[in-house]
Amino acid sequence: MAESAIVPGEMKRRDFFGAAGAGLFVFFGADLAEGQEPGRLPGRQSGPTDFNAYLKIGADGRVTCFAGKVELGQGAMTELAGALAEELDVALDTVDAVMGDTDLCPYDMGTFGSMCTPLLWPAVRRAGAEARAVLVQMASERLQVPASQLQVQAGIIRESGKPSNAVTYGQLVEGKRIERHLADVPVKAAGFKVIGTSLRRKDGPDKVTGKAQYAGDLLLPGMLHAAILRPPAHGATLKSADTSAAEKLSGVRVVKDGGMIAVLDERPDIAVAALGKIKAEWENAPAGPDDKTIFDHIQKTAPQPRVVGQSGDLAEGERLAASVIEETYLNSYVAHAPIETHSATAQIEDGKVTVWASSQAPFQVQRAVAAALGVPAEKVRIISRYVGGGFGGKTEADQGVEAARLAKITGKPVQVVYSRQEEFFYDRFRPAAVMKIRAGVAGGKIVLWENQVFGAGDREANPFYDIPHKRVTSAGGWMGGNPAGMNPFAVGAWRAPSVNSNTFARESHIDTLAMKAGIDPLEFRLNNLTNERVRRVLETAAKRFGWKAGHAPSGRGAGMACGMYSNACNATMVEVVVNRGTGAVEVKRVVMALDEGLVVNPDGMRQQAEGCVIMGLGYSLAEEVRFRNGEVLDTNFDSYRIPRFSWVPKIEIVLVENPEMPALGGGEPPIIAMGAALANAIFDAVGVRVVQLPMTPERVKAAVAKA
Amino acid sequence: MERTISFTLNGKAAHVKADDERMLLWVLRSDLGLTGTKFGCGEALCGACTVIVGNDAVRSCATPLKAVAGKRVITIEGIGQHGLHAIQQAFLEHCAFQCGYCTPGMILSAYALLLKTPHPTREQIARHMEDNLCRCGSHVRILDAIEEAARAAKAGA
Ligand code: FES
Ligand code: FES
Repeated sequence: MAESAIVPGEMKRRDFFGAAGAGLFVFFGADLAEGQEPGRLPGRQSGPTDFNAYLKIGADGRVTCFAGKVELGQGAMTELAGALAEELDVALDTVDAVMGDTDLCPYDMGTFGSMCTPLLWPAVRRAGAEARAVLVQMASERLQVPASQLQVQAGIIRESGKPSNAVTYGQLVEGKRIERHLADVPVKAAGFKVIGTSLRRKDGPDKVTGKAQYAGDLLLPGMLHAAILRPPAHGATLKSADTSAAEKLSGVRVVKDGGMIAVLDERPDIAVAALGKIKAEWENAPAGPDDKTIFDHIQKTAPQPRVVGQSGDLAEGERLAASVIEETYLNSYVAHAPIETHSATAQIEDGKVTVWASSQAPFQVQRAVAAALGVPAEKVRIISRYVGGGFGGKTEADQGVEAARLAKITGKPVQVVYSRQEEFFYDRFRPAAVMKIRAGVAGGKIVLWENQVFGAGDREANPFYDIPHKRVTSAGGWMGGNPAGMNPFAVGAWRAPSVNSNTFARESHIDTLAMKAGIDPLEFRLNNLTNERVRRVLETAAKRFGWKAGHAPSGRGAGMACGMYSNACNATMVEVVVNRGTGAVEVKRVVMALDEGLVVNPDGMRQQAEGCVIMGLGYSLAEEVRFRNGEVLDTNFDSYRIPRFSWVPKIEIVLVENPEMPALGGGEPPIIAMGAALANAIFDAVGVRVVQLPMTPERVKAAVAKA
Repeated sequence: MERTISFTLNGKAAHVKADDERMLLWVLRSDLGLTGTKFGCGEALCGACTVIVGNDAVRSCATPLKAVAGKRVITIEGIGQHGLHAIQQAFLEHCAFQCGYCTPGMILSAYALLLKTPHPTREQIARHMEDNLCRCGSHVRILDAIEEAARAAKAGA
């Protein structure tokens, strides 16, 4: 996180188009690789290693921040601009953020893991403060006034008490080139004008007018749209393909290249129709698991478990326990399902490859495209300006590689936009998971906790409750490294990876223990928790919700869960109505208290939290990918149901003030507790525990019937 | 059948020579270059491609070109041509978008609603918008924005 090892690298800096010309430049590094040295970032290409973002103040007085992060809808563009507006004392609308462009922005690993706010944002602020200090120093010389007697407002530096003696930022940098690296200039500690206020989104005007250009919106002269032949199932192999009928269509081109068969036309729908004329024969995929057998399959095929949390002695915990409860929790594969499917437009001009790609990690796409085309990375530019939702699912961008390959073969710009079916088929799903918990209580205290996690990954598997005797293991996960065949298709990061599954299991089990101990679930949690921040969000949520102590099932349909992720704390309380006959769950109200450290942009934070509540309803109540022998059976939004307007409950987000803690990422922590809060509320309503996500009407109904 | 279809597009005459069975979405996006209308599902299941035909919000991915012959078509590029429309303004004010990909479809669905029902209740709005999907979860703000746009229209009337 420190901007250490900043060494001037003049040549490298000039390589960036945006870094050329006159102006004041501040180069800075935010170690975005979670504690790794910038020089050791995985996948780093050539290029500077001493900074990964910079800001420029031009002679027109405009401030531009160049950062390789991507605006996915989370508001990063606005937050970065806001940080600079604050530190430089300029108006927000004079600040631009250029993001996700590998030619204009220094290397960045990718936009995921809620890292924008905690890592990049403070560095941007310091860079702004540095620039302001440099400009004030220059103004002091120019105006012949000591720096201490200067005031800055809206990009104009004035002598205190003599406002006519003034100079603008633009005038100061005109005709000059000033380069700085980040020194230890303190950022503002108080008197914020921008931080803590709710900012107007920078991307708003483009988005409400349809002007925002996504990767599939490029229209280049002579451009062809490609439709690519896909297997019916993962693991199916092509036996033969008769493309003659497609080839006969006028204007249509068929390309066969290294296993890829693509049909291209100037109009996308014609290309898709022509693809349908190909007669392909496939060798069936070998038999594999389906969405029912997957949970056994995962346990059988998982790698050796790793211990991720341990204390005390389990045998002693067993001895102490007045009662021991065991349960197995299940979680299905879940799709990212952004409304924008994976899209890319590729163009090759004079040996330079440009790919507009909907990607969360343009620099990773750059490497993939360079490798596929056999060109150096410097010859490849990836632009991910606006992306129509990512949620962890747009880290890889195979469609960018496909578009680039086809552009090379056809000699024309090529656009590839996945159909919804391709989007489901090639999604790197949140992995299905099995969480087995065996836990014991005595005298209202948890004395034993044994948790085996299969498939989900280990994040937040180790409980933050005070448990003297525990052992938590994790086998396999979303991050890769699973044995071949454990998951029948690719899996990956899905908003708060691992944490939704682990929080669902833990917090469901905590409620069961509370019930067994005959204690109200809030009281039970507080009894077993010394973590002050988690206690505080629980108490805050309870107050707002009007939590009434009771014993579940009370029939009221109230449930709670809490969790941590990326150092943020979340307590979620919900109210549901369950229809015993149909099993349908209607969510009436969600109250969520969040400790996100210093809140930079409260409205932006709320927006993320509301989005998480709604997306959380999806994975909790409806979303699961159905599949059989490598075939993904959900191909569109008719069978794969995502939340809609009628699902939306009353949502109340309470941001717990904690300005001593640095700002934390807000795009993921609010989603983590939805599954368990709803499961606990369903139990409270009808007295049955659903242990499998999603808690569809069928599952709830079956559980009611069994009880 | 390939023929010339004439219709009014965003207030101007448009003539497109194309197979009249082709879906309006692709004609708008690739033949006419209006990319504000988005593709999301291709099967009338998400609402990203919503445009106005006559006075109705329709799914352009499932509307053949021949169905708009002689009709009035409005896309996101066609509203607020002289300053933002009240719905766009309200979307901005309420920050009723995140990634923005569903936004043109949302705005046009709302536009059709307010054409017919200038003062809808929140329930009417939600019911009307039900099949417009937003994966980012901007729903609450979208409802707020449409309510406000309706109020603004009332105040202005
Ligand atoms: S693209 Fe037309 S409704 Fe989804
Ligand atoms: S704002 Fe992203 S889909 Fe609605």
